[in-house]
Amino acid sequence: MNRTHPKAGAAALAVRRIVSKHGKARKNLLVILHDLQRNREDNSLWREDLEELARITGISISSIVGTATFYSMFSLKPRGRHIIRLCESPPCYIMGEENIREAIHDALGIDFGETTRDGAFTLEPTSCLGSCGVAPVMMVDDEIYGNLTREKAVRVLEGIRAAESRNAAAGA
Amino acid sequence: MAAPRTYVMIPVDADTVIIGAREVKSRFSAEIGRRGLSDQVRVLETGSFGPSNAGVLAAVQPDGVVYGHLTPEDVPAIVEEHLVKGRICGRYLLPREYPPQVPAVDDARHTQMAGRIVLDNCGRIDPESIEEYIANDGYFALGRAVTEMTPEAVLQEVDLSGLRGRGGAGFPTGRKWRFCAQAKGRTKYVICNADEGEPGTFKDRLIMEGDPHKVLEGMALCAYAIGAHHGFVYIRGEYKLSIERLEKAIRAAREQSLLGRNLFGSKFSFDVDVRIGAGAYVCGEETALIESMEGKRGMPRLKPPFPAQCGYLGKPTNVNNVETLACVPAIIRHGGAWFHGQGTPGMPGTKVYTILGHVNRPGLIEVAAGITLREIIADYAGGMSAGTFKMAHLGGTAGEILGPEMLDVPLDYDAMQKVGHVLGSGAILVMNETVRVADYLESCLRFFRHESCGNCNPCRNGTQALCDIAGRLKQGQGYPGDVALMEELVMGIKATAFCPLGQSPAAPVMSALRYFRSEIEACIDRSLVRPRPAHTDLALVGFAE
Repeated sequence: MNRTHPKAGAAALAVRRIVSKHGKARKNLLVILHDLQRNREDNSLWREDLEELARITGISISSIVGTATFYSMFSLKPRGRHIIRLCESPPCYIMGEENIREAIHDALGIDFGETTRDGAFTLEPTSCLGSCGVAPVMMVDDEIYGNLTREKAVRVLEGIRAAESRNAAAGA
Repeated sequence: MAAPRTYVMIPVDADTVIIGAREVKSRFSAEIGRRGLSDQVRVLETGSFGPSNAGVLAAVQPDGVVYGHLTPEDVPAIVEEHLVKGRICGRYLLPREYPPQVPAVDDARHTQMAGRIVLDNCGRIDPESIEEYIANDGYFALGRAVTEMTPEAVLQEVDLSGLRGRGGAGFPTGRKWRFCAQAKGRTKYVICNADEGEPGTFKDRLIMEGDPHKVLEGMALCAYAIGAHHGFVYIRGEYKLSIERLEKAIRAAREQSLLGRNLFGSKFSFDVDVRIGAGAYVCGEETALIESMEGKRGMPRLKPPFPAQCGYLGKPTNVNNVETLACVPAIIRHGGAWFHGQGTPGMPGTKVYTILGHVNRPGLIEVAAGITLREIIADYAGGMSAGTFKMAHLGGTAGEILGPEMLDVPLDYDAMQKVGHVLGSGAILVMNETVRVADYLESCLRFFRHESCGNCNPCRNGTQALCDIAGRLKQGQGYPGDVALMEELVMGIKATAFCPLGQSPAAPVMSALRYFRSEIEACIDRSLVRPRPAHTDLALVGFAE
C-alpha cells in the first residue's frame, strides 16, 4: 500500500524519484541515501526525506537512521556547502596533520564536526584517503589536495570561497 | 617463451561470427603456427572495432594497421606479406572511410616492465581505453578460459599458482574459490573488495585507476571458476576516480561483449556492478562488506557460516581483494606453474607495496615477494630522506611496527610468521628518529577508536581505554603500571573481540612494545598515582584469562 499523500510535496516527489531510480529493495539503501544527501543544499539527510523514504520502502525509520548514522559520509546535521575532510590517519599524522587542523581552525574558526557561520564549510576528520604519497592531505568536496602546508591549506579554502562569491556575483 | 612482438586482433561478435570471423581467426593461428611465428605473433579475439559493415576485420598491432572484408582465403597472403616480410598488404586494407579505432601501442613495455604482474599495464596504457587493454593481452585469459578450459581447470591453475589473498590475511585463493565452487545453489556472487581503508595503503586505488579492466577480467575468471554470473565491486565512496574509471570500464566491456551474456560465444554469462561505500573502515572485513552491500549497518557477521556458503543475500559469495583478482589473468595466461615460479615458495608471485614516510621516493612498487625491507628502502624508495631508520609500520595501522632488527627479514607470509609477524596489506610507513613511538601509537589508537563499529564491548570500550592510556603516555604522564595495563588490554581485546578488525590494535601495540619497550616506559611519570575509581580502562581488565 502506498501511503504517500496523493498531493505529495516537491520534496516527497524528489524522494520518490530517487527511490524509483534505484529500486525499493533494502540493498539499495546506501546509494539512495547518497543521492538524498546530495539533493539537499546543506549536504545532509533531512528527517522529512527519511520519513518519506521509510513510507515508500517499508523499512522502519529507526533502521534507516541507524544505517545512516553508521557511515561517516552521511550526516543528519546540516553541514556547509563544502565539506573539508582532513585525513588524520597515521601517515598524515607523521607528516604534520595537526598543523593543518590548527591552520584551518585559525582561518575559519571551526574544528572537527563544526560548520562556519556563513554555512560555507564543515570540517570533518576522515580516515585514510589513500593519497598518503602526498601526505598530509585533505579532500574538499570531490577534490583531494596534497602536500599541504598551513599556507597551502588556507589558500585552497580561500580560493573556494572566492570562486563561490564570484559565481554568486555573476548570478546576481 | 619470447614476448610477442605483434598482435593480430580480430573482432569476434555476434555480427562477425555470422560472416566467418572464427574461421578467419583460426586460419590466422594456423598460418602463423605453420611459419613458426607463434612465439612472436599472438592472435587475439576482441570486440567490435566500430565499423559494422566492413566484414571480418583484423588489426595488426602495434603497427596500427586494420584489414577489412576478410575471408579465410585472404589470410595466407597477409601473414606472408605483413607478418613475415613486414609489408602492409594494400589490397586488404580497410578503406579510408573507416578510420581504424584501434590505437597503436608502444611495445617497449616488455623489457621495461619486466617482472610486473599486477601493474604491467599501469601507466603504459590508457586505462579508459579497453582497446589498449586488449592490445596488451587483455581479456585473452578470459577468452581462453571460457572457450578452452573447464571451471575445474581454472581452479586447478589458481591452486597451482599458490596465489594467496593480497588483502592482508594471505589465505590461499584457490582454496577460497573451491569452497564457493562446491557450495550448493544456482545463484552465486563474486565481490571485489575495493573498500581500501587501511591507512597508508592505496595500491588498490592505483590498480583500479591504472588498469580497471584487469580487475574486471580477474572477477570474470573467478566467476567462471565458481559458477557465478554476477559480480560487484564495492568501492569506498571517497575513491571518486576509481569509481569513474571502473564504471567506464564496465560500460566499455559491455559494449565489446566482454561482460554480459554468452561471453566469447560460450554459455558463460557474467556482469558486474559497482557498489559505493559510505565511509566505514570495518566494511573492509568481508562479512561487514556484505552487510553494507545489503543496505545495512556494516557490522561483521558471525562466522561460520562463511560467505562461501551464505554471503550476499544469503547466496554463496566469494570476496577477494582488488590485487588478488588482478593477479588472476596472468595466472591463466601463463599458467599456475609460471606464477608459482615467481617470488618465494611461501608467497608466490609479486607484491604491490605502497612505501611512504621519511624516504626519498614514496610511492607504489611491485616487487618479487621475499625482498627485504632494507632493499626496498635503499633500491626502490631511494633511501631515507632525512635522519636514520627508526621503525617501519608494515601493513597499515592494523599491521606491525618493526624495529631496525627486522630490516633483513624477507617479506613473505611464511618468513614473517617465523619471526612472529604478519605481512599485512602492503603498506610500508618508514619513520626516522624524529617520531616518538608513544606519539605514533596514540595516533594509531585514535584511528581504531574512531573506526570501531560499536558491535562488541572489547573493541568499543577497549579502544577508548587504549586511547586514554596512549594519550597519557604521549604527554609523558603515564601512570605506573600503564604499560602493563595496555598489554593486558590489547591481549584481552585480541582474545575476545568479535571480528579481526576489533582484534587488530594488538598488532601495533605488542610489536611496538617488543622493539621500543624502554622508550614507551620512559613516558611513565613515577610520581603519579593512578586515581582510584573505575576508569573505563579497568572495566576490561581480567578479560584475557
